[in-house]
Amino acid sequence: MEVIKVDIVVVGGGGAGLRAAIAAHVADPQLKVALVSKVVPMRSHTVAAEGGSAGVIRSDDSLANHFDDTVSGGDWLCDQDAVQYFVEHCTAEMVQLEHWGCPWSRKDDGSINVRFFGGMKVQRTWFAADKTGFHILHTLFQTSLKYPAIQRFDEFFVVDLVVEDGRVRGVLAIEIATGARFLLESKAVILCTGGAGRVYRQNTNAGIVTGDGMGMAYRHGVALRDMEFVQYHPTALAGSGILITEGCRGEGGILTNKHGYRYLQDYGLGPLDPWPRPKAMELGPRDRLSQAFWHEEQKGNTIGSPHGHVVHLDLRHLGAKKIHERLPLITEVAKTFAGINPVTHPIPVRPAAHYTMGGIASNRHTETSLAGLYVAGECSSVGIHGANRLGSNSLAEIVVFGKVAGERAAAYVRDVPEAGSRTIRQQAEAAEQRVLELMGGDRGERIATLRNEMGDSMEAGIGIFRSASGMQATCDKLAQLRERYHAGIRLDDHSLSFNTEWLTAIELGSMLEVAEAVAHSALQRKESRGAHVRLDDYQTRDDENFLKHSLATRNGDDPPHIGYAPVAITTSPPKTRSYGGAGQQVVLT
Amino acid sequence: MPIDTTTRTIEIECLRYDPQTDTEPHFSSYQVPFSDDMSVLEGLQYIKDQLDGSLTFRWSCRMAICGSCGQEVNGVPVLSCHTFLRDYFPHKLRIEPLNNFPIIRDLVIDQNDFLDKLESVKPYLVTKLEKPLAAGPHLQTPQQLNRYYAYSQCINCLLCYAACPQYGLNSDFTGPAALALLHRYNADSRDQGWQVRAEVINADAGVWGCTLVGYCSEVCPKAVDPAHAINQNKVNSAMDFFGVLKLMNKGGTE
Ligand SMILES: Cc1cc2nc3c(=O)[nH]c(=O)nc-3n(C[C@H](O)[C@H](O)[C@H](O)COP(=O)(O)OP(=O)(O)OC[C@H]3O[C@@H](n4cnc5c(N)ncnc54)[C@H](O)[C@@H]3O)c2cc1C
Ligand code: SF4
Ligand code: FES
Repeated sequence: MEVIKVDIVVVGGGGAGLRAAIAAHVADPQLKVALVSKVVPMRSHTVAAEGGSAGVIRSDDSLANHFDDTVSGGDWLCDQDAVQYFVEHCTAEMVQLEHWGCPWSRKDDGSINVRFFGGMKVQRTWFAADKTGFHILHTLFQTSLKYPAIQRFDEFFVVDLVVEDGRVRGVLAIEIATGARFLLESKAVILCTGGAGRVYRQNTNAGIVTGDGMGMAYRHGVALRDMEFVQYHPTALAGSGILITEGCRGEGGILTNKHGYRYLQDYGLGPLDPWPRPKAMELGPRDRLSQAFWHEEQKGNTIGSPHGHVVHLDLRHLGAKKIHERLPLITEVAKTFAGINPVTHPIPVRPAAHYTMGGIASNRHTETSLAGLYVAGECSSVGIHGANRLGSNSLAEIVVFGKVAGERAAAYVRDVPEAGSRTIRQQAEAAEQRVLELMGGDRGERIATLRNEMGDSMEAGIGIFRSASGMQATCDKLAQLRERYHAGIRLDDHSLSFNTEWLTAIELGSMLEVAEAVAHSALQRKESRGAHVRLDDYQTRDDENFLKHSLATRNGDDPPHIGYAPVAITTSPPKTRSYGGAGQQVVLT
Repeated sequence: MPIDTTTRTIEIECLRYDPQTDTEPHFSSYQVPFSDDMSVLEGLQYIKDQLDGSLTFRWSCRMAICGSCGQEVNGVPVLSCHTFLRDYFPHKLRIEPLNNFPIIRDLVIDQNDFLDKLESVKPYLVTKLEKPLAAGPHLQTPQQLNRYYAYSQCINCLLCYAACPQYGLNSDFTGPAALALLHRYNADSRDQGWQVRAEVINADAGVWGCTLVGYCSEVCPKAVDPAHAINQNKVNSAMDFFGVLKLMNKGGTE
């Protein structure tokens, strides 16, 4: 095993990881910063984000508005101190990206254009056509090339953290091309490993979004917070789950059922007029829209398709020019993957699992309970999303908190005393042994069998609507799957060179643990809030008992222990979350 | 016009090579049931999940934006997630790794040479004075944006390198995507870095390495048109040679 010593290891080359690496380097150019990613950074999942990123810029908007939209959108489960910091820093980060070359869409006079997004009072979403994540990621990656001192480990798969005397001291990684193991010894580790959407069968996420970092932190005793809150995106293509951006609705797209009726008006998001109107109808929040779909499906108002029922996302009234100019990617995606030209036909869509609101518990400085371990981006729970994330807050999150994590880790590394490394190597070797054994497996079930059963069970029990019996069934199923996983899985590939089957087997281990954290946190939350909506005895929000974060901690081979922690409430006491109703018509620019 | 989802079976032949055990690449053949909405990538995933877990290929987004899944299908470089089995049936598919790159394993190529080239063109804004964040965003009109926007669409999928006969002959050639990105920054109204990039352009391996075959632009899944970018820079490079650009004190034609 090769040992490489650095100061900071950043795991993940998505938006959060790149921003963290640049920030750490700029904070102290003397530091040795390693950027480790299982794919070359510009292939990270941030690349797929379409709609845009939030940042207050219009004169009719304010930080207070952004704060309110975020806190009410999160159904008051947000840590308000974190939200305050967040909204205060979004715009500066958007400007920073602009100075680094991000091709933000512009108004005729050359100033930045912003669009509407669901659940936002005022236009506040910066966008680069409908490829915002793509442009942010390439801008960050290309800018990072300006700093050759950031040492990249592209296509290195991180397996585990190494911890000594209560401090994180590095990671064990596999060089994918050769299968060689590396111990990257460091004083700090920043996890930016993205979400865990792949624990669901139909999801909008890339294949690499498997919760690895969450699994690693969890195995070392760090809690996973608010995991029960999984966002379903209301508009994905049936079957593949490929996302049709909310930007479509931000541009004026409408949702209709099989009768051509705009059904959202029946679910507390109406009335229809005046339209468009912020936070109403199609500009309502994602959880409400996904729930409305479910009800329509129950009523038989949806449209049958080979991959399950769908409704129509209709853009036709926007006209060819606007569709091509503002939504070029979606036009392409709809044509290729659904055989639909959105200029002439509505796009068939249905909800799919999309975003993990919860994640590795951290305070608003991105610090976790493990000294030296920082987290940023979708793998983290820094406290801004609460029970439901607002679209366009997470691209802003990855840069705002990516920067915080980089700077905090740099400061920590400067101050922390040197430490010995008595057990580090043995720990790495033990982790190495575990994964090598996994590769040797030649008896047992196939990876895909377990993965598909997990995804189906999560969808059935921990989907848009939940009940105690359904959640319990999923918890039981996951325990059984974990046993089957440990009983042995069969690999066809025993080669060390670019063995992706082996990596998938390791990922499946993390996914099963993360899925259990999600399912048990959900089962224990006896109320309905944000994306966690129950159909049994707990259909309303219960602030008295559940205005608190859930914390799932690992409990050996038993199901996770679910504890609770208070929510930071500063200026906005819980109110009813309301959408639709009266409101002012606005002009979509 | 929803897609037909009845199932048929198609033959997929894949190049196999494991440096640990093979001295030479060989082919394995698989029978894959498919419906009309299945991409070539989904065909490969079916093989990996159900038939042979050792078949190795890269993929991630499955929506033609991450640039991972480039392959030669019947000798043509394509994104496998964006190419459909229905378009080959009833014939078989022969899938090979992208041309012109060393093979690491099966369908996976070594992309490091491209990453070095990308870095060499300084693909970031170079400005004489750093603008403070408090000064806010630059102004950039939609017209100014359009001058470089097409070149900013590159997903680094490397199909153009696989298609480029020059790169095949001489891998020193900076190549289509990297040169297109170089042009993307030169043509950006916020950038002042054309002089520092001129060295790359003017070198033998720069724009003059291109013999204008144009196949790169044909295979590009994102309509980046690298051939056009390179040609533009030939004009700029020639003007640079005659000192015209310095007189004009700017980045040349856009
Ligand atoms: C289709 C889609 C559209 C979206 N659109 C929007 C939008 O319009 N607006 C918005 O605000 N948000 C959007 N989101 C959400 C947003 O894109 C993500 O939350 C965000 O990009 C996550 O960034 P990240 O840096 O945290 O993680 P990622 O970009 O997922 O990066 C994770 C990184 O970690 C690395 N990694 C993971 N595990 C390991 C390991 N074991 N070893 C080594 N490296 C590892 C990966 O290689 C990768 O580099 C969208 C999400 C999806 C799925
Ligand atoms: S120019 Fe086109 S073909 Fe070449 S790497 Fe970029 S996107 Fe791919
Ligand atoms: S899988 Fe991302 S481009 Fe094909």
